[in-house]
Amino acid sequence: MQIELKIFRYNPQTDKESRFDTYKVDVDPSDRVLDSLMHVYRNEDGSLAFRKSCAHGVCGSDAMRINGKERLACKTLIKDVTQSEGDTILIEPLRHLPVQKDLMVDQSEFLSRFKKVSPFLIPEEKPPENGEYIQSQLQRDAIDDATKCINCGACYSACPVLDTNPDFLGPAALVHASRFIFDSRDQGLDARIAILDQPNGIWACDNHFECTKVCPRGIKITKLINLTKREIKKRKGE
Amino acid sequence: MDYDYDVLIVGAGGAGLYAALEASRTGKTAVLTKVYPQRSHTGAAQGGIGAALGNVEEDKPEWHAFDTVKGGDYLVDQNAAVILAEDAVRAVYDLENRGLPFSRTPEGKIDQRRFGGHTRNFGEGPVRRACYAADRTGHMILQTLYQQCIKSDVAFYDEFFVLDVMLDGDTPSGLIVFELATGQIHMFKAKVILFATGGFGRMFKITSNAYSNTGDGPAILARNGIPLMDMEFFQIHPTGIRDMGILITEGVRGEGGILYNSEGEAFMKRYAPTMLDLAPRDMISRAIMTEIFEGRGIRGTRKIDDYVYLDASHLGRAKVEEKIPDIADFCRTYLDVDPAEAPMPVQPTAHYAMGGIPTNVNGQVWTGEKVYPGLYAAGECACVSVHGANRLGTNSLVDLVVFGRRAGQHIAEYVRNAPQGRVDKDRARWWKDRIARLKSAKGSHPGEIFDSMQETMMEKVGVYRTGSEMEKAVSSLQKLRLDYEHVSVHAGAENFNAEVQTVLELGNLLDLALHTAASALNRQESRGAHTRDDFPDRNDGDWLKHSLSTLKDNQISFQYRDVDVHKWEPKPRVY
Ligand SMILES: Cc1cc2nc3c(=O)[nH]c(=O)nc-3n(C[C@H](O)[C@H](O)[C@H](O)COP(=O)(O)OP(=O)(O)OC[C@H]3O[C@@H](n4cnc5c(N)ncnc54)[C@H](O)[C@@H]3O)c2cc1C
Ligand code: SF4
Ligand code: FES
Repeated sequence: MQIELKIFRYNPQTDKESRFDTYKVDVDPSDRVLDSLMHVYRNEDGSLAFRKSCAHGVCGSDAMRINGKERLACKTLIKDVTQSEGDTILIEPLRHLPVQKDLMVDQSEFLSRFKKVSPFLIPEEKPPENGEYIQSQLQRDAIDDATKCINCGACYSACPVLDTNPDFLGPAALVHASRFIFDSRDQGLDARIAILDQPNGIWACDNHFECTKVCPRGIKITKLINLTKREIKKRKGE
Repeated sequence: MDYDYDVLIVGAGGAGLYAALEASRTGKTAVLTKVYPQRSHTGAAQGGIGAALGNVEEDKPEWHAFDTVKGGDYLVDQNAAVILAEDAVRAVYDLENRGLPFSRTPEGKIDQRRFGGHTRNFGEGPVRRACYAADRTGHMILQTLYQQCIKSDVAFYDEFFVLDVMLDGDTPSGLIVFELATGQIHMFKAKVILFATGGFGRMFKITSNAYSNTGDGPAILARNGIPLMDMEFFQIHPTGIRDMGILITEGVRGEGGILYNSEGEAFMKRYAPTMLDLAPRDMISRAIMTEIFEGRGIRGTRKIDDYVYLDASHLGRAKVEEKIPDIADFCRTYLDVDPAEAPMPVQPTAHYAMGGIPTNVNGQVWTGEKVYPGLYAAGECACVSVHGANRLGTNSLVDLVVFGRRAGQHIAEYVRNAPQGRVDKDRARWWKDRIARLKSAKGSHPGEIFDSMQETMMEKVGVYRTGSEMEKAVSSLQKLRLDYEHVSVHAGAENFNAEVQTVLELGNLLDLALHTAASALNRQESRGAHTRDDFPDRNDGDWLKHSLSTLKDNQISFQYRDVDVHKWEPKPRVY
C-alpha cells in the first residue's frame, strides 16, 4: 500500500525555521516505520538525518515521536500507526532535547544526567576470591525490570515535569539509580542520595505515568521511582 | 595534530570496552565509536556466554576447548581455544563482580543453560555451560563494561567515524577520523591502535546484524596491505525471524525448543541423532535448507525464502516469560505470534563473521609471518582463530571478553616503551579531497548497489555453495565495485552528513564481500559453514590451513597460515 510520511526537518546551520517534508512511499503493512525511513534515505533523500542501528528494538538509537507518541521506529510497524491506504504518519524528534538535525537530538545533557547517579556497582568489600557473589533469585528479580533500560530517551521526552522544570533529572537516570540501589551487591545508596534527594532530583516526579506508558522496554518506571523514594525515606529515618 | 593519545581503541562493543578498561591503566587512552557506546551491537546478543563454571553440573575448561575445536571443524587454533576456555571462567566471574546481573540458580549462583555443540566429556551429550541474563546477556555485558568505563573515566569520542589508519612501516601512528557532528576530518595520533569494529553481516540480505555492522576495521586494514584471514567462513544462524532475519537465540533450543517441518516432524533426529536440536549451527542451517529444498518447508516452495517452525510452546508461559522474554516480545511485535502458544516461523539468517583481521593470542595483528607491533584487533572483526570454520553459540561473547581483555593487558605493557611513529598529513588531505569529490560529483544513489550486493551474497555465497555460482558472485561484485566509483552523496551539508558515512560503509562492505566470495571460491572442500555441492567432503590433506586474502586491482590473491593442531587430532565430525 502507499502511505505518506510527514517528517520534521530542521538543520540549525542553514534553516531559519523547521518545516515538514512529505514523502509518498510504498510499504507493506508489516514493514517497520524504520524500513520506510531507510527507503527514503537510500533512494530519495540522502539528507534526511536520523539514528538507527540494531533494527529490532534493543539498541535505543531510533526513539522518535510517531503520530505524537514516543516510540522506536524499528519496533513500530506501519499497520500499528495507519488504518488504510493513503494515511499519513507524522514523524518528529524527541522533546526536551535540542534538535541537532531533523530527527536527531543532542543527547549530551541526557547522558550527563545518567552519569550523575553513579550508574555502576559500588560494592562494599573486595569481590569474592575466585568466584561470584551469591545473589538469590528473589534478590535478582528486584533489579530485573531496571536492567532492561536501553537509554533510548523516550521516557525523557514524554515526561510532563520536564516541560516546566528542565532541570529535573528525568526518568531514565532514576531508573538507573534504582537499578543499583536495589542490587543486593551494591552499597552506594548514600552516595546516590546526595544527587537524588534534591528538589530537582527524585522528588520532582509527580507520578504522571507518561514515562511508563511510552517505555519501549515495558519498564514500570514510575513504580521504580516510587520504590526508590520510599527507600530514601527509609534511609533518612522518615 | 588534532588529538594526541597513547592508545586508540576503535569500537565500543564488548571487545573495545574491555580493552579500553585494561589499556587505560598505563596509557592515555581514548575510544572512538561511530555509534554511541550503548548502541553497539554487543547489546543485541541474547542467549549466553560460555564458561565451564560447573555451577549446575560437572564441567571442565578442557571439554569447552575440545567442543570449540570440534565445533569449528578443526580449523580452530588449539592453543587459542585452550586459552579461550580457561580464561572464560575468570572473565565471567570478573563481569559478575563488576555488577553483571546474571540469572541465578536456586542456590544464588550464576545459572547456566544448554547451547548448541557444548558437551560433557568430549561429546557424550549436552552440558549446561552458557551463563546468561535472561535473553539479554549481551545487553548486560555491554552495559556493565560501559558503566565500568564511566567509573574509570575512559575518554570517549562518540559518533566519530574512523576512515583510515596511518602506518609508519609496520607500526601504527594514528587514525584519520570523520566527525559526524561537524563533518570535519581529524587526525588522531597514537602509539597503539586496536580495532574492535564488530561484524559485517550487512553484506547479506537476510541478517541478524545491525545497520552499523559494515566491517570498517577489516576493510581499512585490508586496504593498507594487511591480509584478511578465513573470510570464506561466514556463519548463517539457523533461526532468524522469517523475512526479517532478527535473531531467535539458540537459547530457545537450549531450553527445549524443537524444530519442525511442514509434516510436523522433528527433523533434527535425521541429521544429528545425539545432539538433535542442539547440534552446531552449520549443521542445523544445512538441515533446514535441505528440508526446504526437498519440499518440506512450511510453504513447500523449495525456495531459499521458505521457512520452518521453531516451537517453544510446550515450555509453558511461565518459562517463556522468564527465560526468553525478549524473544517473546520480538515475536509478538513483528509476527503477531505468541511463542507461549504457537510456533515461531524461522529461516537461516547471516549472523557472524568467523574470519577477519588475523591476530595472535595477545590480540596483535599477526599474519603468521610477521607481527605488526602496536597494531591490535579483538572481537568479531578479529580472527584469533577460536571459531575456525563454525563458531559455537556463546563463544563470541567469550571471545570478546577473553581476547578484548588480553589485548588490553598486552597493550598496557607494550605502551610503556612503544615508539612514536611518523604521521602522514598527506593522507588526511587525501581524505578531505575524497569526501569533497563525493559531494561534488553527480552520481547515483547507493540503494541499488546495496541491494544487488546483498542479494548476490545471500543467493550465491550462503548455506550451500557451488563453484559456478560463486564465480558469478565474484564477477558481479567486481562489477559492483566499479559501479561504486560513480556513486555520490546528494546532500552537501557539513553537519551530520550521514550519507557520506553510508557511502563509505558501502565501499567497505563491497571489499569484504569480494574477499568472502573469492575466498569461498578458492577453498575447494566443505568444512563447517563452508559447504560446497561440488566438493562435498572435508579435505585435510590440502585444506587444513587458514587462508589469507589480499585485494588489489579488483582481484583477490591468497597466502596460507598453518593451523595449530597440537592437542587433538582432526577427526570426522559427527554428533
Ligand atoms: C542478534 C545477535 C545475537 C547474538 N547472541 C550471541 C550470544 O548469545 N552469545 C554470543 O556469544 N554471541 C552472540 N552474538 C554475537 C556477538 O554479539 C557479536 O559477535 C559481538 O557482540 C561483537 O562485539 P564486538 O565488540 O566485536 O563489536 P560490536 O559490539 O559490534 O561493536 C562494534 C563497535 O565498533 C564501532 N565501529 C565500527 N566501525 C567503526 C568505525 N569505522 N569508526 C568508529 N567506530 C566504529 C561501533 O560503533 C561499535 O561501537 C549475537 C549477535 C547478534 C547479532
Ligand atoms: S526507561 Fe524505557 S523509555 Fe526510558 S530510556 Fe530506558 S528504555 Fe527508554
Ligand atoms: S534501531 Fe535499535 S532500537 Fe531501533
